[in-house]
Amino acid sequence: MKIDRRDFLKIGGLGALGIAAKPVINVLSKGESAEASHGGGAVGGKRLAMVVDLKKCKEGCTDCIDACHKAHNVPDFHNPKDEVKWLWNEPYEKAFPEQEHEWVGGGMKGGPVMVLCNHCDNPPCVRVCPTKATFRREDGIVMMDYHRCIGCRFCMAACPYGSRSFNWRNPRGCDASGNTFIEKQNPGFPTRTTGVVEKCNFCAERLAKGLIPACAEACKENAIVFGDLEEADSEVREVLHSNYTIRRKPGLGTRPQIYYIV
Amino acid sequence: MYNGGKIFAGLIVFICLITFPVWYNVVRGKAAYRPELKIVTEEKECVESSEYMRNEHMHLLDDWRNSVVRENKRTYTAYDGKEHEMSLSNTCLKCHSNKADFCDQCHNYLEVTPTCWDCHVIPEEKKL
Repeated sequence: MKIDRRDFLKIGGLGALGIAAKPVINVLSKGESAEASHGGGAVGGKRLAMVVDLKKCKEGCTDCIDACHKAHNVPDFHNPKDEVKWLWNEPYEKAFPEQEHEWVGGGMKGGPVMVLCNHCDNPPCVRVCPTKATFRREDGIVMMDYHRCIGCRFCMAACPYGSRSFNWRNPRGCDASGNTFIEKQNPGFPTRTTGVVEKCNFCAERLAKGLIPACAEACKENAIVFGDLEEADSEVREVLHSNYTIRRKPGLGTRPQIYYIV
Repeated sequence: MYNGGKIFAGLIVFICLITFPVWYNVVRGKAAYRPELKIVTEEKECVESSEYMRNEHMHLLDDWRNSVVRENKRTYTAYDGKEHEMSLSNTCLKCHSNKADFCDQCHNYLEVTPTCWDCHVIPEEKKL
């Protein structure tokens, strides 16, 4: 086969054009799917959420907190600086700073509010995590893969609710007088280790077995309702429909999924 | 050659010292040492064949981890069709409840230190 210089240049030119067009076609064919994986509506037809009725919440009761910390081997370091929190109480003014004023009534002023990870629809912790150790599940749970956490604590800086805690100390250790930080280890759930961040996981391991979260189960006053917002006749939807509810710091745009009846 | 005797004596001492780990094990009879596993299981069958588990258990566990944590798929269908919960503490260690006589034997022999037990709780060891 003979090819003259003119044909060779033509073929070469066409080839170069094809190669140059490839990345352009790639970009155009992808469209906007790249952004869709963060936040937004439920993909799997599920959006798990929780409603906490603060009116039913009894002062001094820590049943939900105890049940959670027991089930998940949450250590107690007896020191607020090292504290590891999954579920905890926060004064009303700290939990709802935007709703705070001098004349707050209804017994709410200074009262404890049970707070936890809000499992946001638009979670800032997920966006900043450099290793994708924190991710948002299709049913809305903001999960952590402790195996991948490198302890950089970007997520702690990003979370506006303080729902994340860093393990400064070994949770399996014990204090100077020999008391273990985890009172009684639950062998069915792993502990964490020094240098990882942890938080509430909406009891993903219990949900997999068809159980409701430990806190909702432990509450004797039935103040905690858990369910799927995408299910029209679910209890959460019913409770949200028949009560006025607020969320923590909604102005930040994180779309938290823990609702409070005040 | 000057000081030949001293040089050769020194060389012999040097070679003896540098080969110390080899001949020490030969003298102690440890050269043929192989780790001995004690398997105390209630079940007769593992989730895959022994051969496969011996070579690939670390990859299997990695797959289980990713599947459970990231995809929320928690059931593993074994080669014989039986279904198992994918869980190190609740499935593997339920049978292989003797970590010191099972896991540690090979891990110590090969000097690998897996970090599993930094977090996953070791069940109480059954006495043989």
